[in-house]
Amino acid sequence: MSASASQDGFVVFDKVQKSYDGETLVVKDLNLSVGKGEFLTMLGPSGSGKTTCLMMLAGFETATNGEILLDGKPINSVPPHKRGIGMVFQNYALFPHMSVGENLSFPLEVRGMGKSDREAKIRRALDMVQMGDFINRRPAQLSGGQQQRIALARALVFEPELVLMDEPLGALDKQLREHMQFEITRLAHDLGITTVYVTHDQTEALTMSDNVAVFDDGRIQQLDPPDVLYEAPKNSFVAQFIGENNTLDGVVKEIKGEHCVVELDGGELIDAKPVNVSKVGERTRVSIRPERVEANKDRLAGDAHTIKAKVLEFIYMGDVFRTRLKVAGNENFIMKTRNAPDQVRHKPGDMIEIGWMPTDCRALDFG
Amino acid sequence: MAMSDASGNDVAIGNETDSKGRLLTSDGRPLRAALERANRRRKLTAFGLVAPLLAFIVIFFAFPIVQMMWRSVDNPAVVEALPRTLEALQDWNGEELPSEDVYRALYEDMMADQDLPRLEQKIGPLAVRLNYEVSAARGAISRTSRNVDEFEAPYKEAFMDAHRLWRDTEIWRIIEREGRPLTASYYLAAVDAEYNENNEIVRTDENRRIYVALFGRTFAMSLVITFMTFALGFPIAYYLSSLPMSKANLLMIAVLLPFWTSLLVRTSAWIVLLQGQGVINDTLVGLGILDDENRLSMIYNQTGTIIAMTHILLPFMVLPLYSVMKTIPPSYTRAAKSLGATPWTAFRRVYFPQTLPGIAAGGVLVFIISIGYYITPALVGGQDGRMISNEIARHIQSSLNWGLAAALGSMLLVSVLLLYWLFNKLVGTDSLKFG
Repeated sequence: MSASASQDGFVVFDKVQKSYDGETLVVKDLNLSVGKGEFLTMLGPSGSGKTTCLMMLAGFETATNGEILLDGKPINSVPPHKRGIGMVFQNYALFPHMSVGENLSFPLEVRGMGKSDREAKIRRALDMVQMGDFINRRPAQLSGGQQQRIALARALVFEPELVLMDEPLGALDKQLREHMQFEITRLAHDLGITTVYVTHDQTEALTMSDNVAVFDDGRIQQLDPPDVLYEAPKNSFVAQFIGENNTLDGVVKEIKGEHCVVELDGGELIDAKPVNVSKVGERTRVSIRPERVEANKDRLAGDAHTIKAKVLEFIYMGDVFRTRLKVAGNENFIMKTRNAPDQVRHKPGDMIEIGWMPTDCRALDFG
Repeated sequence: MAMSDASGNDVAIGNETDSKGRLLTSDGRPLRAALERANRRRKLTAFGLVAPLLAFIVIFFAFPIVQMMWRSVDNPAVVEALPRTLEALQDWNGEELPSEDVYRALYEDMMADQDLPRLEQKIGPLAVRLNYEVSAARGAISRTSRNVDEFEAPYKEAFMDAHRLWRDTEIWRIIEREGRPLTASYYLAAVDAEYNENNEIVRTDENRRIYVALFGRTFAMSLVITFMTFALGFPIAYYLSSLPMSKANLLMIAVLLPFWTSLLVRTSAWIVLLQGQGVINDTLVGLGILDDENRLSMIYNQTGTIIAMTHILLPFMVLPLYSVMKTIPPSYTRAAKSLGATPWTAFRRVYFPQTLPGIAAGGVLVFIISIGYYITPALVGGQDGRMISNEIARHIQSSLNWGLAAALGSMLLVSVLLLYWLFNKLVGTDSLKFG
């Protein structure tokens, strides 16, 4: 769990709990602080509590216990329409009976803004998402990507300081999604808005965010910048959830500071970095990223432990080779190698020897 | 914009055309013909599936309606019964009684009719037909025709002795006017109008006007009922649409209950509740809210009809509303609130407009059904709760003036179609959602 939330963040969750039925907690003791201008992503499998957190922040769900603070003020009893938080919904929720212009005008009208001010703001918001020509269209006449842009413009047009996004790119195809990821981050940074973004797509989380909170089982499993999250997962769940990951189970044989030796269940010895293990004899699950597995002994340290592997499958993917190996009983051990002229293309059935830098192999908790 | 997905690469293959510029398939047949062949089987299947119902509708719905509408203008009685008289009447000036020639022609017509087999005789229907126009006609004609074989020339005197009606120019005017195969007199009667002695169309006496007021009352009551079902149905439909399926189904049963109870049971229940010595009145008197002398009359009048029909027609409003509301995701209202709208504004400006197709569908449905409703007004309507369909039924069942019934029915049908057309103009049928 991340350290107890500091009270000086722009958005603060302080020991927040949520239960729908009074018997089980959907959100368990959530502490989270989002700084002003930060882009925070809540990432997690469905049912992990991330959307519930977003809905509590937006005001559509009430926290069963604990306090949510916005800019230092508790907002638990503030109704959603008084929170002044922009929100982009999963299905965009553009009002189908209003034109694009009327959709954008809506938040300004309910704030009692005059006509000329409204028009200027609508114009600016539409230009911001490059949709200026579509002001008179109906949402149904727009493509998914265009609707997405309008939804974004509508959430921003009244200049909120905080914008929430609930899986806004889920319905778009891959290419458009990547393009919009870039647009959303650019807008968020240009405008200096604080953004809380919910997704179950880890690529999205890694590419867009300043910080990612990985949710599982109603708790934040790790809250870190994307690179830390990927390279230094704090537990097996995060390691499994973020990116591709090989795991091997074993027992800690010896620990020396930042280095330990793990005896796998098959008896092989490997080098690892102790993360969640503290004593000899503890069961552990070690995690190695596929791209950090090395079959070329020249690139390994001289005293590194190596391990025998049988090639089961070789997949040519263009920029990389993906080799599926059987390692210590694990038949889904993946090795990713860059497509280079000197790279070996293994054939199924080959017996090879693989190894890795001890720092890339993290000994984590056992499941 | 980078989002355009049109490839823009036209494929050149398969674009051969014949001399007339029509597209050809790869084996050189016209593309259109090939498509038609490919679709023929599908079309035949579709027609086969529809055909039984189509035949049923044509035979048992469309055909009777056309026949009914025809009856409202069809006027064979005089033409068939009095061909000679009508011919002789052509020279009549219409001012005084016709000449001896006309009376002789009438005599001949009546004599000729007596020679016909009983089932083909035309004087009987003539008597009935003329009786719609002048109430003594039936007796006069049947009495005269019974004795006509004893008549001797001059026939004018003989007829005038036989019944006073033949001494009146009115009967002759009517015979001349109705001596055409088509008539407008049923429609005139249906809008409380008639011909005066100069064959001009005038309104009937004030105390004999029925139908215009009845049409007006029918429309007004239908409007009230439509509004009542809306006022009661909207909140229920809204609540139902917000519930999970299992609970919604349970409550839907309560809404649909009026469909499943026998009409008579339901109506008796209303009588028990609403009558002068009924449950509601007794309770109000018992609570001291009403005096015993001032019991509310809530049944056998308009109030009773409106209450009972609102109950019966409620599902027709609730179902379309529910089906429309079910498709409105809660995220719209949430989005409105997140944009700063109060719950009331979010409802008024975002939720409510999206329910309009359901309101329109339910409204049209309830209004059209109630405009032609018969059984409930007949049972609990009393005198001032009667509607136009009760009058139509009366003309079909007891007064046997089918022409007038047909005219009233056609007017009802046309006014419903007219309303539907108007509604379509204003709202558009594509926005109707019947669920």
